[in-house]
Amino acid sequence: MREIQGKDVVEAVAAMCMRANTELPQDVRRRLEQAMAEEDSPSAKEVLRQLLENADLAHDTKLPLCQDCGLAVFYVEIGDDCRVVGGNLRELINEGTRKGYADGYLRKSACDPMTRANTGDGTPAIIHFDMVPGDRLKISYMAKGGGAENMSRVTMLAPAQGWAGIKKFVVERVAEAGPNPCPPTVIGIGIGGTFEHAAKIAKKSLLRELDDTHPDPAVAAMEKELEEALNALGIGPMGLGGKTTVLGVKITMEPCHLASLPLAVNVQCHSQRHEEVVL
Amino acid sequence: MAEYKLNTPLTDEAIEQLRAGDVVFLSGTIHSARDAAHKKLFELLDAGKELPFELEGSAIYYVGPSPAPPGRPIGSAGPTTSYRMDTYAPRLHSLGMKASIGKGKRSDEVREAMKKHKGVYFGATGGAGALLSNSIVESKVIAFDELGPEAIRAMKVKDFPLLVINDCHGGELYVKPKLDTAG
Repeated sequence: MREIQGKDVVEAVAAMCMRANTELPQDVRRRLEQAMAEEDSPSAKEVLRQLLENADLAHDTKLPLCQDCGLAVFYVEIGDDCRVVGGNLRELINEGTRKGYADGYLRKSACDPMTRANTGDGTPAIIHFDMVPGDRLKISYMAKGGGAENMSRVTMLAPAQGWAGIKKFVVERVAEAGPNPCPPTVIGIGIGGTFEHAAKIAKKSLLRELDDTHPDPAVAAMEKELEEALNALGIGPMGLGGKTTVLGVKITMEPCHLASLPLAVNVQCHSQRHEEVVL
Repeated sequence: MAEYKLNTPLTDEAIEQLRAGDVVFLSGTIHSARDAAHKKLFELLDAGKELPFELEGSAIYYVGPSPAPPGRPIGSAGPTTSYRMDTYAPRLHSLGMKASIGKGKRSDEVREAMKKHKGVYFGATGGAGALLSNSIVESKVIAFDELGPEAIRAMKVKDFPLLVINDCHGGELYVKPKLDTAG
């Protein structure tokens, strides 16, 4: 059984929180540059120019890309043949989050849902654990801002609604969200599973590279069709009109109950802040 | 689309000339307030108490900045989504607030209040918080310190870059999604 030191988990998590909040991912930068070249509208071009300048400034100053440094969301894959020593893994990840948000001057946005009192240190993080083969520990982090998260929805469609129903729901959701979630957005979609599982896989889809292609050609075609439909909405960068309403659509599909067609649409802002580490 | 340089406090005349799509560089003092601070402001208003800043001619910025690192007046400071303050904005406009600054759509009630009381809704670029912080030269918490990032701050801004989203004549800049072509 391979052993992983708890302090290494804390350090890796803290570093990921700081890096993801200050460095625009390369795949996102490439996509924003491409969008800037494709847009005709001066206001769309200007918004994209500001976002790229913002990314350069965040890189140089280590100021966060956005003041909303999100709730810290983690997807953790634990290899069967490794174990973490020197602490409970959930606690270690929370400790790393506290350290990263404090040392990086990141905004702490976790609060009590009723009193609205801030917990003060950015925790508790939202952590999803999974067991996988192998002897490695993979931790993926996402800074999930409130503006885009508020525009996300889960619905339970009837199986008869099928692809047409899925497409209608996604298109209407993005249309209704309009300028609110900081378009051009990335849309994570979960199809199948159960009520909560659809949401979990929708969000996990957001960890994929923007320029990858889904290994299943049928799902890849669905992603392409949705991306074209959403960009045809014309909402554009920050809702000012344009060709780029979404930077990408990423679908995860899993089996569901005979009676159900669960669908989750998780909206992510244009900065798509995420990082991963393998220990 | 015109370009204006405006200073706070904002006057009716300054607001009336603006049209949706105009670019405004705002200088002077603006105040940050978002969800929790608005709730507290309304508690003060309902109790007949004085507010921590003068509403007449004011511009409220919907922002909860990240902590200021050493050597900077403020951290990252871009706009939050405005609709959450829609329940509060009409009354504040009726009491003299001239402008709100945020991102995203406003309600019919807010748009009506801006027409009635000569107000404007400015958009700042969401997710450009590092860049926008460059236009904030000073920042000081003046009320509700316990709210942390949601405390009310007096912010001195210099040529803060804004776009008129809703003007006081009923104009709106946001495009309507083309649901017919999206299939």
